[in-house]
Amino acid sequence: MGLAKRIIPCLDVDNGRVVKGVKFLDIRDAGDPVEIARRYDEQGADELTFLDITASSDNRETMVHVVEQVAGEVFIPLTVGGGIRTSADIRRMLNAGADKVGINTAAVFNPEFVKEAADRFGSQCIVVAIDAKCVSTADETPRWEIFTHGGRKPTGIDAVEWARRMVDYGAGEILLTSMDRDGTKSGFDLPLVRAVSEAVRVPVIASGGVGNLDHLVDGIVQGHADAVLAASIFHFCEYTIEQAKQRMAQAGIEVRL
Amino acid sequence: MTTVAVIDYGMGNLHSVAKALEHVADGQQVIVTHDPERIRAADRVVLPGVGAIRDCMAEMARQGVVDVIHEVVREKPFLGVCVGMQALMDFSAENGGTPCLGILPGRVEYFGDSLAAQDGERLKVPHMGWNQVHQERAHPLWDGIGQDARFYFVHSYYVRPSEPALTAASTEYGVTFTAAVARENVFAVQFHPEKSQHAGLALYANFLRWDGSTP
Repeated sequence: MGLAKRIIPCLDVDNGRVVKGVKFLDIRDAGDPVEIARRYDEQGADELTFLDITASSDNRETMVHVVEQVAGEVFIPLTVGGGIRTSADIRRMLNAGADKVGINTAAVFNPEFVKEAADRFGSQCIVVAIDAKCVSTADETPRWEIFTHGGRKPTGIDAVEWARRMVDYGAGEILLTSMDRDGTKSGFDLPLVRAVSEAVRVPVIASGGVGNLDHLVDGIVQGHADAVLAASIFHFCEYTIEQAKQRMAQAGIEVRL
Repeated sequence: MTTVAVIDYGMGNLHSVAKALEHVADGQQVIVTHDPERIRAADRVVLPGVGAIRDCMAEMARQGVVDVIHEVVREKPFLGVCVGMQALMDFSAENGGTPCLGILPGRVEYFGDSLAAQDGERLKVPHMGWNQVHQERAHPLWDGIGQDARFYFVHSYYVRPSEPALTAASTEYGVTFTAAVARENVFAVQFHPEKSQHAGLALYANFLRWDGSTP
């Protein structure tokens, strides 16, 4: 017995509402973030991740209020990502009750920001989010590149190398999303998860593509992820967190029941 | 009204500690402060902490709370959390070696870069997530908390007391390490009760009822 593998529901929040886009198109409203956070906590979620996808920075304050409310009644770790660009953004979220922040695009444009943030707030609260797409052809050794702006802009940076570098800069955890799989419900990009998980010494959260409970098991067993993140399968009540944990336990994975 | 002071020395997320205490406060007042007078006047004291130990020690000195910590650990129910536990020891290996408060005898060590489980699986550092806490002895702070209950951890360094009797709980992660220490009116935990859902809130509720005596 020992450390449990974690299940982390992700709440994409747009203007204070939880939404879930399928390949960034069909945005479905899934409800009130505080209510949903409470439900996942009751079901035994190990952590919660909020991704602020609000387009306008005017509405960023909405996210701060959501975090404040959730932190006042849900006592599990909370991560907030989306639009984190400065130390002031980090401080605001930590003061609101977040335990960790996810840095994505800002890390790509200014890697030193990760270093500064880790020095100032501690590595334990710096999660670097990596959006990766496969760029190799079927007969080549798999290779992934990181993309920014919700998967629209290529950067030419190798995803595995980038993960290593971000850990050297002080990232305490990597949130790894496959842009090829995100929203497809066809399962994680397992070779990607495994390549990154084996390349770094910090925990890796697998994300993108979960459509059923066996996909979660695969992410841990085959992808060697330390945690698995999913959104839509939980939001629309297809499965509860409890069911997900039971399935993982049956597969011999250590979970918090 | 009784009060519990959460020592604010500018490091990390003491708001979540305060929020969790408030959730179970049951009429007790939770104050977040670095004012020695208010800390001295409180009935109970919590020393939280996240981040690097060198910064924590420097900020404690800068905020002028070192003397009052030494004072209150002798007389009030006192709870250290995470780096607030590590800071109580003599010395930490972090940041190239950092002298700590020296309230409890022992050192703080790094998990190492080649940590592995018994089956050979490589273990990630930081130790992050929900792990089991094995209570090594009875204590009022364990009331109602199951043996081997899971708590949330996030740390790369762990406490090694030089007196084994100080260990109130232990956890397995490549090594068996001290997850909680206890001596008289002082209790300290490596995990984060404020992030450990029911078990964590139960521990905070127990602390708020504790008079500082041990059986």
